[in-house]
Order: sequence, then structure tokens, then C-alpha cells
Amino acid sequence: MIFSILAGAADAASTPAWVPLAYLVSGVFFILALRGLSSPATSRAGNRNGIIGMLIAVATTLVTHDIANIVEIGIAIAIGGLIGFTIARRIAMTAMPELVAGFHSLVGMAAVLVGWAAYLNPGAFGLLVDGAISPVSKIEMGLGIAIGAITFSGSVIAFAKLSGKMSGSPILLPGRHIINLGTLAAIIVLTGLFAAATGPAATLPFIVAVTVLAFAIGFLLIIPIGGADMPVVVSMLNSYSGWAAAAMGFTLGNTAMIITGALVGSSGAILSYIMCRAMNRSFISVIAGGFGADDSSGSAEPREQRPYKQGSAEDAAYMLEQAEKVIIIPGYGMAVAQAQHALREMCDVLEENGTEVKFAIHPVAGRMPGHMNVLLAEASVDYDKVFELEDINSEFAQADVAFIIGANDVVNPAAKTDKSSPIYGMPVFDVDKAKQVFFIKRSMGGVGYAGVDNDVFYMDQTVMLLSDAKKMVEEIVKALD
Amino acid sequence: MDFISILSIFVLACFVGYYVVWSVTPALHTPLMAVTNAISSVIIVGALIAAAEAGSPTAKYLGLAGVVLASINIFGGFAVTERMLAMYKKKEK
Repeated sequence: MIFSILAGAADAASTPAWVPLAYLVSGVFFILALRGLSSPATSRAGNRNGIIGMLIAVATTLVTHDIANIVEIGIAIAIGGLIGFTIARRIAMTAMPELVAGFHSLVGMAAVLVGWAAYLNPGAFGLLVDGAISPVSKIEMGLGIAIGAITFSGSVIAFAKLSGKMSGSPILLPGRHIINLGTLAAIIVLTGLFAAATGPAATLPFIVAVTVLAFAIGFLLIIPIGGADMPVVVSMLNSYSGWAAAAMGFTLGNTAMIITGALVGSSGAILSYIMCRAMNRSFISVIAGGFGADDSSGSAEPREQRPYKQGSAEDAAYMLEQAEKVIIIPGYGMAVAQAQHALREMCDVLEENGTEVKFAIHPVAGRMPGHMNVLLAEASVDYDKVFELEDINSEFAQADVAFIIGANDVVNPAAKTDKSSPIYGMPVFDVDKAKQVFFIKRSMGGVGYAGVDNDVFYMDQTVMLLSDAKKMVEEIVKALD
Repeated sequence: MDFISILSIFVLACFVGYYVVWSVTPALHTPLMAVTNAISSVIIVGALIAAAEAGSPTAKYLGLAGVVLASINIFGGFAVTERMLAMYKKKEK
């Protein structure tokens, strides 16, 4: 019976009926790829499923079209593949946030190119109805191009900020909210006009305007957002790259693209939500930008000098040797100093000594979701020693040492007590409950991205270890031997 | 396919995505971003069609450029995900 359905459908349409089925299967493989990530044990199989899904989609496309220029296409895939593969092999794990941002920009640009190609050659995509593109297709096309262009320029800025090619501090234009909202409204209106117009001469100016404005808005949206909010931005752009693929899937009526776009779109949206929740900030306030700008509190008025204790690597080593339970809290500073390998060594020495060592990761530690976990995995820290905030926070009361390396805002008790603090309401680690706190920091000058002072520095049980994180941990390891 | 069928697939896929992504362990959120990046390059399907079909030379070159960009992402995304996932180990007891 299934054969008769397939044959019947094949008669009705110009494409054989197995083609949509193949794209559907490809979409299912993509779902399985994400499903595999529910645990590290199944994750690699998941990645393979993703590759299989992609092979099915590409092969299906190639065999169902009369390809006049297979050589050129082969060369294009080879060039792209070689570049991608080389980057993936060489990139340092600490550079993962900017790599992901860079990759997002490529998806965005590819969406713009495909949208334009579909506009210029609608016949190839089966979009011609009575010799013209239908208004619905044009809306989908316009949206796909617009979202793709926003993804592209936004990701380029995120990439520049994350890789240090551009200052991470927010750039605030006067009246930017009005400019941004006006530009967004203009894009929507122009997409409508594009759909309503008929004929190449009438539609061309609208689609050009949509493309240009969308590139501009992507740029404008991301420049006012500061470095500390980059986890949200990267997740949001991840989401946009998905919606761009989905919009193109609508234009082309392609199941694999729609399923994938929806998956990626929801994935990025959920990650953005998780990041915002972990900072107790609304998505709108992050997007509005300006957090951590120079005009915020803290840096404006000189802070009073409060007494703090400074220690040496030897002091820390001595205390760590006595400790039965140590919880290590890594932050972005660990990534900057590349201290993860030294930290693993320290952890090995302590464990040989019979100390229980655990790692505590805040959802917004680092510059992208899961950033710290990847770095610790790179340094061969077992993943069953690494815990999330809510799973480990109750254990600080039993910990002999809380060892903070390159983190700051995520341990600031002001988030719990000071209603006027910009980070008030953000869930933080209860390091004040630990018997002893070691805080590795470059100097007493900087005060985290939120620009607020941290009471943990001045607690009785806190010893500040003022040095480069990697150097300090290496010295501690030496002193432990 | 008509618009409603496509929309149905889209809406259902959003729900599938919602539940699947919440089940992803936070430790793997970075690989999740890398792999979603790779799979969203399924947009290469559109680029291939544009590159393959005769009709508009401009569309063909736009398509070829799209194939290059999407390929960077596909190969780079899957390879870097594989590299990251290979690092997540549990000590043999």
C-alpha cells in the first residue's frame, strides 16, 4: 500500500515522493543529535547522528536536481570543508565563545545568500506560481533574509567583542532604543511592501532596503551590550541562526530545514532564558544593553579602603593540605589565564592526599553556556566531580576550603542582601559558609563586570591570593609537593 | 507542500526542541551550541539548489558562496563538537 501512495504522490508532483520523506528522516536524525547530549556518555553517538542527518539532506538535494556544475559545487564544499576542519582542529578551547559566534555569522550570511538566490532565480526553487513569486513566499523570503542579516552582523560584533578585537564595554548611542525600534518597524513594513509589489523592478528596492536595514540593526543591537552579558547574546544569536534556517525552510518547503530551524531556534531561546535566570535579569534588560557601562555605580565614586588579608601560595598550600573537603569555583579569569591544567594538577595532588575535591560551576561563569565545563574537560577533570550551582550550594557549610579562581560576581553576597546592588537577586554560591576562603585575583583594583564591591574579600576567613591565576596555582602545586 | 502542513511541522518541531533541549545536561551546553550551529547549516540545501540550477548566473554564484560558508560551518561545527565531546571523561574505577 505504501508503494501505491509513493507512486501516486510521485505522479501528482514533479518531485518523487521519497524526497520529502528523506528530508523528514534527516530532521529526525537532527533531533536525535540533540537528544544524545542529555549525558556525556551518549553525546558522541548524538554527534554522529547529526552528521548522518546532514549527509542525508545533502545527498537528497544533489540527486534530485539536474546538476550542471557538480565540479564547482564539489570545489565549494572542499574549500569550506577544509577551512572549517582546520579551524576546528586548531582552535583553543578558551576561544570557543568567539568561534561559536563566528560560526553563527556564517549561518546568517548563508541564509541571506540563499534568500537572495531564491529571489533572483525563483524557478529553481519551485516558487513560481503563474510566473510570479507568491506574496506568502515573499514574506518568508524577506523574513529569512532579515533574520539572516541580523544574525550575521550581530554575530560579527559578538565575535569582535569576545575575541578582544573590539572593546567589551558597551557602546551607548543616544536615542538608540528609538533608532532600533524604528529600524525594526521599517524592516517589517518594507517586507510587507515587498510582498505586495509585483515584478522585479517594483520588488527589488524593497528587498535591498530590508537587507541593508537588517544588517544595520544587527550591528546596532549588539554594540550596546557589555562583555558580561555575552552568554545571553551568544545564545540569542544561536537562536536567530535557527529561525533564519526555519524561515528559509518555509520558503523552500523543506522539512529538514524547518525541523532543524525550530530545534536550533528553541535551543538558543532556552539557553538565553537559562542565562538570564542565572543573572536574575530580564531578557529585555539584557537586549536593551548598557549593563556594566562606565556610568554605572561603583567606579564613579571612590570606594573606601577596607582591610583584607593577603596570603602566599605557601599559606594556601598549608591550609589545603589540612582540608578534608575543597570546593573550587572557576570563572572567566581562569579561562583568561589558561589556568585549567594547573588547577587539575592541584586537584590531583590534593586527592592523593585524601582530600575530597569538587568543582562548582555557575551557569553564567565564562562567556558562553557551559564554557567552564569544556575547559575542565579539556584539562581531564572527571565530569562527575563537576557540579551545577543548585546541586552543590548546600555543601559549602561542610567545606573546609572554598577556592575561588577568576570568579567574582557569582560569589558576591550582595546579590542576596543588598537590594540596591545591580546583581541583586542573582543566585550566588554561599562561599561565606565555608570555613576558609581563598580568592585568586589579579589585584584588588577590578571588581567584576557588575562593577560592585564584594564583601567576600573582607571576611575573616578570606585570604586573598593576588596574582595571575595560573602562576598562583602552579606555585601552590609546588608548595604542596 | 501547503502552508498549513509546513506550519504544523514547524510548530511541532518547536515543541520537540523545547523538551529535548531542556533534557540536555548543563555541562554540555557549549557542545550543544556547537552542534546546533552545525545542523542549522542544513541551509546548505538551499545553497546547493541555487548553485545547481541554471537560470540566473548571479543566483548561481550566490549559491556557491552559500555552499562555501555552510560547509565551513558543517565541517567545523561537527569536528569541534566531536573534539569537545571526546574530552568529557569519567575516570575508570
